[in-house]
Amino acid sequence: MQSKLSRRIYLIPYAIWIALFVVTPIILVVYYSFYDLDGNFSLENYRQFFTAVYLKMTLSSFWYAFLITAISLLVAYPTAYFLVRTKHSQLWLLLIIVPSWVNLLLKAYAFIGIFGKYGAANHFLEAIGIGTKQILFTDFSFIFVSVYIFIPFMILPIFNALSELNPSLLDAANDLGASRWTTFRRVIFPLTIDGVKTGCQIVFIPALSLFMLTRLIAGNRVITLGTAIEQHFLVTQDWGMGSTIAVFLIIIMFLIMALTGNRKRGV
Amino acid sequence: MENAVIIQFNHVTKQYQNDPAVLKDVSFEIERGKFYTLLGPSGCGKTTILRLIAGFTEATTGDIFIDGKKVNTIPANRRQVNTVFQDYALFPHLNVFENVAFGLRIKKMKQAQIEAKVKEALSFVNLKGYENREISGMSGGQRQRVAIARAIVNEPEVILLDEPLSALDLKLRTQMQYELRELQKRLGITFIFVTHDQEEALAMSDEIFVLNEGKIQQSGTPIDIYDEPINRFVADFIGESNIVPGIMIEDFLVEFVGKRFDCVDQGMNTNEPVEVVIRPEDLEITTREQGKLQVTVHSLLFRGVHYELSCTDEDGNEWLVHSTKKAAIGDEIGLYFDPESIHVMRLGESEEDFDRRLEAYTEEDHHAK
Ligand SMILES: Nc1ncnc2c1ncn2[C@@H]1O[C@H](COP(=O)(O)OP(=O)(O)OP(=O)(O)O)[C@@H](O)[C@H]1O
Ligand SMILES: [Mg+2]
Repeated sequence: MQSKLSRRIYLIPYAIWIALFVVTPIILVVYYSFYDLDGNFSLENYRQFFTAVYLKMTLSSFWYAFLITAISLLVAYPTAYFLVRTKHSQLWLLLIIVPSWVNLLLKAYAFIGIFGKYGAANHFLEAIGIGTKQILFTDFSFIFVSVYIFIPFMILPIFNALSELNPSLLDAANDLGASRWTTFRRVIFPLTIDGVKTGCQIVFIPALSLFMLTRLIAGNRVITLGTAIEQHFLVTQDWGMGSTIAVFLIIIMFLIMALTGNRKRGV
Repeated sequence: MENAVIIQFNHVTKQYQNDPAVLKDVSFEIERGKFYTLLGPSGCGKTTILRLIAGFTEATTGDIFIDGKKVNTIPANRRQVNTVFQDYALFPHLNVFENVAFGLRIKKMKQAQIEAKVKEALSFVNLKGYENREISGMSGGQRQRVAIARAIVNEPEVILLDEPLSALDLKLRTQMQYELRELQKRLGITFIFVTHDQEEALAMSDEIFVLNEGKIQQSGTPIDIYDEPINRFVADFIGESNIVPGIMIEDFLVEFVGKRFDCVDQGMNTNEPVEVVIRPEDLEITTREQGKLQVTVHSLLFRGVHYELSCTDEDGNEWLVHSTKKAAIGDEIGLYFDPESIHVMRLGESEEDFDRRLEAYTEEDHHAK
């Protein structure tokens, strides 16, 4: 009895935190989503969401988040695979993680400098004879910077999964006739899929609601659900519509979590 | 006519970076259909030999032949050899059936054929009906059998087993020793089995290779190796031994502890310094007068089947005796042994010389008959 009670006592700060900063905001968001601009109860916001404008926005959000996740995965998996095999893998890993400690805004401004008309990237293009190009405010720069920001979060879980892999399983596959590619397909990838799923969740969900970068790097050419929420709350003051989009975003996140949920396996 | 030799090592050396060589000029031949054991202390290079045969690592110098073909540069996935790993290395994301079927699927075999073969392999190792189990739901002994099934289902020429029994408890281990030996006889496949347990090696093998520090010390049948160890290391490692310094006076006569004894060894120089081995179970306790050696008992252990006595002679040599008779600590007793129980070892004799000498006098025996 005693221990059960004391365990509950330890849970109190957590419970308060969850109640104040998770449950309450969600309830508020759901509440606001049912009120129109004039403060009347209505389902107008939900009807609005299913019009072409917002559906297109949703689709484009998904598309960009998908691209960012896919490219991050394509870069992160080989990197992690290589890192696990190197001598000072922990040091290399640290070097990859360090940039994620730098504030997002600072990184965005740095890239504005690099990709700007007179930035390093254009200097380089000039030097190799291609000439100055518009880099900033393009899809390319948006995806490039997003991938740069998210990649450590993709590498980490994959690296962990790979380093937990028993190396004699690779010998075993090889012994049974598998080529390197078959070994990857049949053994390495399936056994690190949980790391890949975690990485994709950590990247895809925030990528869906990115908003600062869309303005700073993509010059508002890319409108995601995140941008729309920000605009509604800060610019048009349409809290109801902003909340409605947020509700959908939350639903989508839960769906993604459920779909990519990790099934734990024993060894 | 098939060649009897399936695997051959020709002056193989293996060295990792700048470390001292792990295998030093190792040569041997392995014949089809026999049960071989690599026996040696930890770190002597047993796993390295298996990895060289399987193709997980390459020899630094020397050649390896499988079935008459040089395989130095042939990768593991194209060698007709399968391995049972020390930790079994079963795929945790696949069930028992898929683990066993792994090699067959890579060969793109038809589903019906795969099912038949996997079933057969599983019944071979007494695991019928376990097809759909997850690996995490299998016991140690069952996992080991899955690992064996996964190897035999590919019908390889050779199966390599790296200390497959070391993780099992004594009872299961003894049972698996019988099962493995039985399985090898039924399949007729060459088994190369690694262990550092000498009893296991003696019980299971057709041939044993005793390794130490990257060299093969001696190879032969369990009886040969037990009865005629080539040097102190082998005598000590295989079973327990009493080893004392001696002098070979002439053929059939050896001197130790200041006395001369008849023996059955020959082919050495007169008055050559040698080492004499007598196994503890070949020593019998008698009275001081009847004994060939006089010793004092200074410790006594009950070992279940027998007593283990530790005694000292006048020269201070220690004698271990296994006897069903009991003696008290401090007793002065005599030890009796037959001339056949004495085994004389030359100092630093190579395996070739040893074999040549043994052969020379077994031939004489034949002539004498
Ligand atoms: N990849 C490697 N790099 C460097 N040294 C190695 C490597 N693999 C093995 N060794 C060394 O080679 C020697 C022989 O190793 P091996 O694994 O063959 O021993 P073993 O006889 O199987 O021992 P055990 O009974 O402990 O399994 C050891 O000294 C080991 O440290
Ligand atoms: Mg080993």
